Amino acid sequence: MIEPGLYNYWIVVFLMMAGLYVVVARGNLIKKLVGLNVFQASVFLLYITMGKVEGGTAPILAEGVTVYSNPLPHVLILTAIVVGVATTALGLALVVRIQEAYGSIEEDELEEKDERDERKLRS
Amino acid sequence: MITSNLPALQVVVPLLAGPLCVLLRREDVSYAIALLASWASFAMSILLLMAVLENGPISFAFGGWEPPWGIEYRIDSVNAYVLLIVAAIGAIVITYARPSVAYEIEPQRRYLFYTAYLLCLAGLLGVTITGDAFNVFVFLEISSLSSYVLISLGRDRQALTAAYRYLIFGTIGATFYLIGVGLLYQTTGTLNMADLAERVSTVTDSRTVRVAFAFMAVGLAMKAALFPLHIWLPNAYAYAPSVVSVFLAATATKVSVYLLLRVYFTIFGTPFAIQTMGLGDALMPLAILAMFVGSAVAIFQPDIKRMLAYSSVAQIGYMVLGIGIATTVGLTAGILHLFNHALMKGALFMAMGCVFYRLGSVRLEAMHGIGKTMPWTMGAFVVGGLSLIGVPATAGFVSKWYLILAAFERDWWWAAVLVLLSSLLAIIYVWRVIEVAYFRPPSDSAATAAEAPSVMVVPMWVLAGANVYFGLDTRVSVGVAQQAAKSLMDGGV
Amino acid sequence: MSAPALMVWALAVPSVGTVLILMSEGRPNQREAITLLTAAALFAVVLSLAPTVYTGGRPDISLFTMLPGLEIRLTLEPLGMMFACIASGLWILNSIYSIGYMRAKKERHQTRFYACFAIAIASAMGVAMAGNMLTLFVFYEILTLSTYPLVTHSGDEQAVRSGRTYLGILLGTSIFFQLAAIIWTWAAAGTLDFTIGGILDGKIEGPFIGLLLFLYMYGIGKAALMPIHRWLPAAMVAPTPVSALLHAVAVVKAGVFTVLKVIVYIFGADFLRESGYADWLMYIAGASLVLASIVALTKDNLKARLAYSTVSQLAYVVLGAALLMPLSIVGGAMHIAMHAFGKITLFFCAGAIYVASGKTEISDMDGIGRRMPVTVAAFGIGALSVIGLPPFGGAWSKYLLALGAMDAGHVVFVAVFMMSSLLNVAYLMPIVARGFFAGSDDGGGIREAPFFCVVPLCLTAFGCLALFFFADDLYRLLAPIGGGTG
Repeated sequence: MIEPGLYNYWIVVFLMMAGLYVVVARGNLIKKLVGLNVFQASVFLLYITMGKVEGGTAPILAEGVTVYSNPLPHVLILTAIVVGVATTALGLALVVRIQEAYGSIEEDELEEKDERDERKLRS
Repeated sequence: MITSNLPALQVVVPLLAGPLCVLLRREDVSYAIALLASWASFAMSILLLMAVLENGPISFAFGGWEPPWGIEYRIDSVNAYVLLIVAAIGAIVITYARPSVAYEIEPQRRYLFYTAYLLCLAGLLGVTITGDAFNVFVFLEISSLSSYVLISLGRDRQALTAAYRYLIFGTIGATFYLIGVGLLYQTTGTLNMADLAERVSTVTDSRTVRVAFAFMAVGLAMKAALFPLHIWLPNAYAYAPSVVSVFLAATATKVSVYLLLRVYFTIFGTPFAIQTMGLGDALMPLAILAMFVGSAVAIFQPDIKRMLAYSSVAQIGYMVLGIGIATTVGLTAGILHLFNHALMKGALFMAMGCVFYRLGSVRLEAMHGIGKTMPWTMGAFVVGGLSLIGVPATAGFVSKWYLILAAFERDWWWAAVLVLLSSLLAIIYVWRVIEVAYFRPPSDSAATAAEAPSVMVVPMWVLAGANVYFGLDTRVSVGVAQQAAKSLMDGGV
Repeated sequence: MSAPALMVWALAVPSVGTVLILMSEGRPNQREAITLLTAAALFAVVLSLAPTVYTGGRPDISLFTMLPGLEIRLTLEPLGMMFACIASGLWILNSIYSIGYMRAKKERHQTRFYACFAIAIASAMGVAMAGNMLTLFVFYEILTLSTYPLVTHSGDEQAVRSGRTYLGILLGTSIFFQLAAIIWTWAAAGTLDFTIGGILDGKIEGPFIGLLLFLYMYGIGKAALMPIHRWLPAAMVAPTPVSALLHAVAVVKAGVFTVLKVIVYIFGADFLRESGYADWLMYIAGASLVLASIVALTKDNLKARLAYSTVSQLAYVVLGAALLMPLSIVGGAMHIAMHAFGKITLFFCAGAIYVASGKTEISDMDGIGRRMPVTVAAFGIGALSVIGLPPFGGAWSKYLLALGAMDAGHVVFVAVFMMSSLLNVAYLMPIVARGFFAGSDDGGGIREAPFFCVVPLCLTAFGCLALFFFADDLYRLLAPIGGGTG
């Protein structure tokens, strides 16, 4: 049996940082959402990993099995995944509306347009 | 039967009423449902607070699964108080909402508005009432997702970008919190807050616990719009429909601050949070920066809703300052300001809602001379503004009194000076509006404006009156806040 | 009726009056009748309290608990009794005067004017009867806010700007300094009740005493201690009745009244004297006293000159308190009364001249006394009283103040008082002299101001004279506040 060690956690950290970086660094609203998803996926992975019990099987009552993985984190993360999907859906819907309203989904262009509006109001 | 199930009903009623609105799809019916559900929640929150004050904490096991295995709803003096704030504001706002919603939101979307409103209310109540750390996350996301929707219903296109930005920040914040919960679960194997509190205290040396603390603190600070993580807030409040601004400003950040308290003091415990992690020292500079940056930026805003939003950033600074002082009096001040700020910002945003309803704008230049044509609305604004400044005989004075008292008791006289200085900034930004509203010759739109309909004026004045009432009679507001602070400092759940 | 109940009535009467005034919008006669009736009723209530206090009674009533351990509470003691009598008594005369003035000038928003006036008086009553510092602070702030619409009455650019100065200084200092001082006191002493001998003895020490005193003195912006006096000249933009009653009597006297209360009942004069950390206040007050008089000399606008004169006279009271001697404190307290009558007379006259002739600058007033002899004669009496010459009330208070300065061993302040009195002569008497003797005889058809304007100013001028003869009663009423300190 291969010792998994902290391998999973390294992946979690990598995904988390990569996701956050994309959210912060990309100006395209869709790409930001993708980054957000990656970021959330890293947390899903974190939860799934912690539920694993070495040598344990799926938590189904069966003959001759005494060690089970902990099902609770898995169930929890199902909820979180649902939340994540809802967030992504809502985010994408907003992006569509933004595209309709502004004609762009690049953050800097949006800001420029907003500023122009504001200047117009002030004058 | 009903009484024993009150904690569940508190959340379930608005949670079910929301989808009901979608099914029925009619604006008037959905409004009636929302009104009914909100007032029912308010009534229940009063009953709960009374029960808690009388008999101590209430524990409710969901589905008969006893804690710590099942999800527990646990109500003590702290969250009973916050529940009351949220439910009361929810009820008053929905009473006020109808004309404003009809004016600002297209007919075919109105029932969706009420749905989202109810879901948001349910989410906020859920976050407050639950005693389960993961359940908090779920409710947090219910309230957040519905508030993104609510904000995006605003009339300007900036509402969309504001909602999007809030979505990104909110999700990151909530996910941070989720990471923290995961790490805690990893070390302790439980999600029940009371249980967590017990077990965390035995493993405080663990780096995992400390990392969990950091993740949760940052995540919640984001949701609470603590400086410098506040940048989502001003636009979100400024461009949201008026009703949403009132509701979110008076409740959403409060609930996040409550959650901060819960996590710091109940789960991690006062000694760990304050001494080991140096929470007070970390929060203090941020709170002070928030007070000053928020107020200073507010002074230069031409859009009054945006101005109020920045003022909220500053006011959150006051609450966090109270928490950062980390004594019983400090916490009392923080919790008290939670309540009082809900009253004042509620009244102020409602006044802006009325102005928007008549003028179609809340920019300063549109409000010239509005004091003459909308005397009741601007009267409420003045009362709310005075409360924001902290003039005696208003609720804001009482908060400020406790905050400064707490600072003096710890010999942090500089903190007291800074609180007072930042109140002076509040005078400037409030008076800017008052001068324009009362002394400038009316603008074209203001000259022809009429007073807002009484459905809006009456709830607004209920809140404005509450500002005065709770400035004079502080038995309830201070009493409960003191009790809550004491129970938090004692580390009890 | 029992004395505590009467105190509540003293707050309730003007409050009810406010509501009734607001309800008579559009019916000027009814509105003004209500104002007069309210003023008379209030004065009757206040007067009926006087015997109790005079014979040593200290009626006391707790209205409700505002903060745990802190009540909104009314306690009447001699100083407050005097202040309440002055404010309510002069309100009657001022209301009569207001009717003449406001009607003659055809001012707008008169209902708002009368209503705010009544609220201001109610809060002045609250200040006078406050039983602890919190109560006083609450009413102090209400007084500031209720007078803001009066200052900005005309609503034009200048009024708004002055209003900004007015509110900025009064609200700013009270929140920034005074509130801090009050909370500090509360944190240190655990009480805010006004107690003879003070509440801070042994609670704070060293330079902190000086710091706390500083916070109080500059927190009480209404006392117009230099350099935070700017609001008072700014407030002169208000209609004259406002300047007369509020900015010569109710508001400014609430300020120096608070100063006296703080020094006598919060710190305790003995405690302060022994600490030695109050000396700076004497010098500041002395400087304020002389400087304001000098500034007054340079002002050609009559109301501005009177405003600076008020700043100077307020400094007398503060100086009296700062000398910390029984005689000087009583003298300071008496000066509140003496100056009130003198200055309100002067303002009434200034207003009457403005109503009758439209003149506001002193240099235009040559020969006006020959046209308006009654007004200018009254002005002369008021001026003599403010200067402090017998047989007018002002003589006594200045005499006591000078005695107090001698007692304290600060002869330099006796010189300051003398010098300032000379300056008073220099800036007040030329107006009378010009009025009667200068200029040519063609008055341009100027006649005495309306009857409603002239009667009150005659009465207050007579009051200046009467106070000279009844000063002894006043002294006996006030003696306990000085006597309690040693």
